[in-house]
Amino acid sequence: MEAADALASAPKRSVGRRLADLFHGRRLLQVSGLLSGPLAWLVVGYIGSLIVLLVASFWSVSALTGEISQTFTFDNFNTIFTEPVYRTIAWRTVRVAALVTVTDAVLAFPIAFYMAKMASRRARAALVVGILMPLWSFYLVKVYAWRTMLSADGVINWALGPLGLHGPGYGTTAVWLVMSYLWLPYMILPIFAGLERIPDSLLSASEDLGASPFTTFRRVILPLAFPAVVAGSIFTFSLTLGDYITPQLVSNSQFIGNVVSTNITNNLPLASAFAVVPIMIMVIYLLVARAFGAFEHL
Amino acid sequence: MRGQGQAARLAWLIAAGLVVALFATGCGSSSSTGDRNTDMAQSVGKGEGELNLIGWAGYVANPWKSQFEKETGCQVNFKVGGTSDQMVQLMRTGQYDGVSASGNASARLVDAGDVSPVNVNLVPNYKTIFDDLKDQPYNTFDGTHYGIPHARGANVLMWNKDEVKPSPTSWDVMLDPKKAQQYKGKISVYDDPIYIADAAVYLKTHQPDLGIDNPYELDSKQFDAAVNLLKEQRANVGEYWSDALKQISAFAGGDDWLGTTWQYQYFALLDKGEPMDTSGETQGFVPKEGATGWSDTWMISSQAAHPNCMYEWMNFIVSPKVNAEVSQYFGEAPSQSLSCKPSTLTAAAKAAGLPENPKFCDQYHAADQSFWKNVYYWQTPLADCGDSRGDECMDYNDWVSAWTDIKG
Repeated sequence: MEAADALASAPKRSVGRRLADLFHGRRLLQVSGLLSGPLAWLVVGYIGSLIVLLVASFWSVSALTGEISQTFTFDNFNTIFTEPVYRTIAWRTVRVAALVTVTDAVLAFPIAFYMAKMASRRARAALVVGILMPLWSFYLVKVYAWRTMLSADGVINWALGPLGLHGPGYGTTAVWLVMSYLWLPYMILPIFAGLERIPDSLLSASEDLGASPFTTFRRVILPLAFPAVVAGSIFTFSLTLGDYITPQLVSNSQFIGNVVSTNITNNLPLASAFAVVPIMIMVIYLLVARAFGAFEHL
Repeated sequence: MRGQGQAARLAWLIAAGLVVALFATGCGSSSSTGDRNTDMAQSVGKGEGELNLIGWAGYVANPWKSQFEKETGCQVNFKVGGTSDQMVQLMRTGQYDGVSASGNASARLVDAGDVSPVNVNLVPNYKTIFDDLKDQPYNTFDGTHYGIPHARGANVLMWNKDEVKPSPTSWDVMLDPKKAQQYKGKISVYDDPIYIADAAVYLKTHQPDLGIDNPYELDSKQFDAAVNLLKEQRANVGEYWSDALKQISAFAGGDDWLGTTWQYQYFALLDKGEPMDTSGETQGFVPKEGATGWSDTWMISSQAAHPNCMYEWMNFIVSPKVNAEVSQYFGEAPSQSLSCKPSTLTAAAKAAGLPENPKFCDQYHAADQSFWKNVYYWQTPLADCGDSRGDECMDYNDWVSAWTDIKG
């Protein structure tokens, strides 16, 4: 009787219902249905474009017409590794990225610690909003604001003037300042999440066992929070490594991104070859970060 | 664990397949290297109703844009190109009917077959264009016309009157290391490889033994001298600019006091009440060594989907009143000789909402051929020097990598 009922009602079932039946119990179908979209994007859009980049870095360009000739050559990598200017630029980029990362870590840690362990619920919510707020405003607006502040007639010189000092002006120092400002939230949030995970009881236990606050910080908090700092550093480091608009607006210094952007219209192969450099740097960085257990906190 | 290994193997397989596919398509569609297009239109038919253009900011604007649309029924879609390199790149997409190419883009477009020859007999207003703009190396190739001259201008030296005294008469305030040093950190330089030619123009006067003639045709000795001069200049540079707004903000904020610029920024700063000045009329508006400049050409794409509308446009933009409008709006010398009649200039200024200036053509030396002898229009540097030296010259790739090197 029941079977007959089911048969009779079968044609009336909705499409969704029938799809659900189709997927029921079929594990392979479930997984491929869930993942085929994102996977196609990842392989074609994401990895695919990286492969195109890599392939293009072995091509060359005709000087006469600027057209790309698709014959295999190592010339671009040869140029990048033999011309000293490219090494200077790569080294400058890595140096500033490291400096920004350290600065942000130093600035972010106390803020994150206050948010995670000391602030009331209200204060914590206000701080989270305050930290996220700059991320809602447009990137260019923030950089142009810094450009205005750092200018010769800008507010920084105006404020420092009475003390007989003047601001850094435009230059690599300015890039360091602006980048540290821009990427600070990306450092605070992972550290905050990492610190929040440390149970208060551990801190009490440390105190009960006679450790000074400094020892507690050094022996308990820092080891537990360090992977979170490394996680945050991946953001600050890679974002600095790839930025080319900030250097253009507040300095004359060329970074890897600037060289890529000047070459992309007339020498795509060289631009591609140079773009491989930050990828290699990031791969090394990520391997080191993994050794520090950073990915447990992503 | 077995499952994971299988998944990894599958992922590798897909990735490998993709690489093979990419190489295959890459090699299959291999480049159509440098064949000039020779298909010239023999007649202009009815407009196609649409026109897609690339040009410098301000070249396609109202009121003349809407006037063109009304007269021809061709709806204009305009894309601004920021640099010559960008314009070349956009033209290669084949999505556009035409471009206002400067001389450092035109040769590349012609040699790669991106643009078609222009039948000047189908452009009636071509006849009255200034003669010294016709048959030039950046618009005519082996005797074939590839475009219609739009307008021309010179890159100017601008300075802040309050800070730079006495008024400079030479580029040496920027390029002579001793003189430039007093303005260390206050000098504004155009951020483009083509700026190397500005150094070559300077050296042409100040180091005649280098034998520089055309600042875009430099052999390795001349090129190295120019590049070294710019490397020395670097220490004194306040800012390299490629965005006009960025340069305006640097001069307005007191960060830069002098530099190379376009009329557009100069007028914008004067409008803001900033104390700016440029080389005066007595000097012919350029420093004594002369200057680099531009002469722009409307070219038609070899893949133009709307060729009839493009021919209509090329004739329209050099018609006397419209050419007077666009050149007064931008601040450059018109190419159309009939645009310089005072009554035409006045009517055009009125139409474009600009102050009336019947002397505009005199001020911009539109008809003064001797003035333009000192202005070196942007040109694509090629290995072929164009003279007895042969293929000894530095090509544009060399210029681009030298520019990276100069900025360090």
